[in-house]
Amino acid sequence: MNNKIIAAILIIIIALIGVGAYAMNGGFQEKQILRVSTTTSLEDTGLVDNLETAFEKEHPNIDVQFVSAGTGIALKYAEKGDADMVIVHDKKKEQQFIDDGYGTKRYPFAYNYFYIVGPTSDPAKIKGMKNATEAFKKIMEAGEANSSVKFVSRGDNSGTNSRELKIWNNTKANYNSSINGSSWYIETGKGMGDTLVIANEKSAYTLSDSGTYLAFKGNITLVPYLTSGKDLLNVYSAIPVNPEKIKGVNYNASMEFVDFLLSTEGQQLIGNYGKEKYGQALFIPLYGKGEPT
Amino acid sequence: MNEFLNGMLQAINLILTLNPELVEITTRTLFISLSATFIAALIAIPLGGLINFKKFKGKRSLINLIQTLYSLPTVLVGLFVFLLLSQQGVFGDLNLLFTPTGMIIGQTLLILPILIGFTITALKTVGKDLTDLSISLGASEFQTIYTIMREAKYAIMAAVILGFGRAISEVGVAIMIGGNIRGATRVITTTISLETSKGNLELSIALGIILLGIALIINLMLNQIQEN
Repeated sequence: MNNKIIAAILIIIIALIGVGAYAMNGGFQEKQILRVSTTTSLEDTGLVDNLETAFEKEHPNIDVQFVSAGTGIALKYAEKGDADMVIVHDKKKEQQFIDDGYGTKRYPFAYNYFYIVGPTSDPAKIKGMKNATEAFKKIMEAGEANSSVKFVSRGDNSGTNSRELKIWNNTKANYNSSINGSSWYIETGKGMGDTLVIANEKSAYTLSDSGTYLAFKGNITLVPYLTSGKDLLNVYSAIPVNPEKIKGVNYNASMEFVDFLLSTEGQQLIGNYGKEKYGQALFIPLYGKGEPT
Repeated sequence: MNEFLNGMLQAINLILTLNPELVEITTRTLFISLSATFIAALIAIPLGGLINFKKFKGKRSLINLIQTLYSLPTVLVGLFVFLLLSQQGVFGDLNLLFTPTGMIIGQTLLILPILIGFTITALKTVGKDLTDLSISLGASEFQTIYTIMREAKYAIMAAVILGFGRAISEVGVAIMIGGNIRGATRVITTTISLETSKGNLELSIALGIILLGIALIINLMLNQIQEN
């Protein structure tokens, strides 16, 4: 082949890659990007896809991009300036995030409950219990006595994981010496959906947000035992990243999204989500009321 | 088993009806991995040639190092590039984290060692006799290098195809740098991982079939080249 032809082909390929990369990064659209880091439970239930579609229809100039990770990592992304807003569910960490100056304000928009789920055989006999702490204590005692009782933990610093640790803490047992590392206690380090599947395979108990559990109910045989109560309340909130602390974040678009989440339309969308596909709503919108306690 | 068969049928349906999401993800995947392979080849082939033809101190150690990096873990590249591209990183101002361009950079770094290493090996195997021959025929240094490069081109092409195979099938860089954002950075491997966690097996299986199809094409091309 002639050298000139080769050179010409090379230049064409380079140009194509350049144009392609520019287009794929959104270069040709006059759109601003709103990057939201959120939790795996919202992604695994599919809610964020619906919110994105509805929001972009009203705001065609904003491209919403969801990055999903556990609450801990989602907040880290925002602290490093890699997200414009977070949507998470861990009040304590959220408060810390705001106190440290990274977030402007917490906007709670919906809630549901964490479920303590387990195998139908219920080897730890927690059926009928009302108190999450007592149930956890019972699982721990049964796990130590009986090798067929297991508990699966997310172990990923997510909102669900920190709630689980909080409940263990309430049992007054020493987490580091008598729970973590025990043979009945399994850490997955994965998202909620994966963790439910693993708990299902191992016939183990686990703590799951109700949304993900209901979305997965068709694929697994685990049943919920405890489904309400103060200890299990799970509030989701949106927090825009503070533009004064972190330069260059898209605060205006964040607030547009918050307005949409809290609008009647957004709240209805959240309240109806899942009814068709799973036979019941996965999230309870707040409709402007204060968050339940 | 029923679940698998059912998923398989629906997957084939998705492929035959050219499901838009499937097409979008496949196109993006090919674009990112082909670009990464092309850029890596542009860097690796001249660099490999340079390392092979030049005599210098520590050459053997350098080649050893490059060969060690063949098995560079994808998540390590992911972590490294993530730290560079994050807003607080050295290249934070370029806003490349969670973009396809960022993923191209990551995959390029990932497959560079393989491409450089295999280029060196390819040149070495044709090297000695041909070098002597072309010098004895009065060729200049540049002409000698050019002749050897031409002779080794099939082996080098095989290296490039191997690199592409590694780029398109990896998850670590794609998920850590791309972030698996719908409509922006979602590629075949990250979608399979996510959709499986969501229990949507059909799309996962369909994408799996496509990935295997690409692997098959790569393999056929490799065979073709090796027969030449």
